Amino acid sequence: MTTKFNKANMQHLIAKRVAQELEGPCVVNLGIGIPTIVAEYLAKDNIYLHTENGLLGVTDVEDEDVDPNLVNAGKLPVGEAIGASYFNSSDSFSMIRGGHVDVAILGALQVDETGIIANWAVPGKNIMGVGGAMDLLVGAKKVFVTMSHTSKDGSSKLVKKCTYPITSTRSVDMIFTELAVFNIEDQQLKLVELMPGVSIEEVREKTEAEFSE
Amino acid sequence: MTKVMNNIQDALSFVKSGHTILVGGFGLIGAPLSLIDGLTEKDVKDLTIVSNNLGESGKGLGILLDQNKIKKGIGSYFTSNRDVGDKYQKGEIELELLPQGTLAESLRAGGAGLGGYYTTTGVGTDLAIGKEEREIEGVKYILEKAIRADVALIRAHKADTLGNLVYYKTARNFNPLMATAAKKVIVEVDEIVEPGVLNPEEIVTPFLFVDVIVEATQILTKEGVVAK
Repeated sequence: MTTKFNKANMQHLIAKRVAQELEGPCVVNLGIGIPTIVAEYLAKDNIYLHTENGLLGVTDVEDEDVDPNLVNAGKLPVGEAIGASYFNSSDSFSMIRGGHVDVAILGALQVDETGIIANWAVPGKNIMGVGGAMDLLVGAKKVFVTMSHTSKDGSSKLVKKCTYPITSTRSVDMIFTELAVFNIEDQQLKLVELMPGVSIEEVREKTEAEFSE
Repeated sequence: MTKVMNNIQDALSFVKSGHTILVGGFGLIGAPLSLIDGLTEKDVKDLTIVSNNLGESGKGLGILLDQNKIKKGIGSYFTSNRDVGDKYQKGEIELELLPQGTLAESLRAGGAGLGGYYTTTGVGTDLAIGKEEREIEGVKYILEKAIRADVALIRAHKADTLGNLVYYKTARNFNPLMATAAKKVIVEVDEIVEPGVLNPEEIVTPFLFVDVIVEATQILTKEGVVAK
């Protein structure tokens, strides 16, 4: 029971599904990887994108308009939406830590069955980078996780308990994979949706964490 | 006495071995590329560099790293330069990793005359190890110390000759914070103008924070870093 995906299709499938979850007016911070792709599927008005390197009002940019000094947190070129503003890194993280950003969409290496995530370090490797992940976890009103359901070796990324260093003691709110969508309610995983063509048996087989249906 | 200097090495005369130096920028964006380039030609060592990243491999601060001039790095995302990991593995550099918001706020606190502050960021994680934890009105926080330095090397878009600064798009990032948190603040800019030219409503860094102004000799373009 394995639904086949290639990586790009899988990423777009997840990104498109998360985009449906966003209702304007809201301010959303997009992490690196799948979250970045979410921007392509935002059909609704009044969704403003925040990037922690100092811009509220991120939009896409045509190749001929690329400015090397106008980038998102992944250092990719972006554009300036109508109503945009620039600010320094301290103001940017005041927005995040101070609870002014509505939704953060992040990738994760592991999510445990209480919704705690690990997304910044791998045991046995040098701890080299954390960026804004910990700030977003403590500060965003809602946190959505996007990730592939399993690792390259086939092991579940939805685990009983994180074996990688955790990013925060705060539980995330929703998890989106290529197989399913989960809510976290009272620190418990609840399956709320199967992705198209995916069976409950496949989700059970590939999920180490306990979840309710 | 004018703050404007005509030569990058003259501007860098304040930098000494053993100094702690704040370096602006998010990767190469908003980094003081001309001043960093000047440091690669200067005979200094044992520097502690506070910067979000230590450049990229062989670029920006990455060159100083290759020259073994950096004793310690304090930043949030060293992953952008794989050489940092190699040096760390060999014990050739010390690293202190901070969440990006904590790095920014510690600089703000340093510039504002504070000793430190309590933050929720990092509570219960490996980055809280060894830090004081305190509960305030039912919420757990950790103590983070302010950061102050000997010298700040920053980049702005325009300066007037008094030292008032305006920035450009996302090249602003850590630069205005670093301008407040060092004994000597050296800024490189695209353009120097007379006082009165910049709109007072738009000045981001008021002149009292700035000590030395030089015109940039290196700029970031779509094709990478080039001589101006």
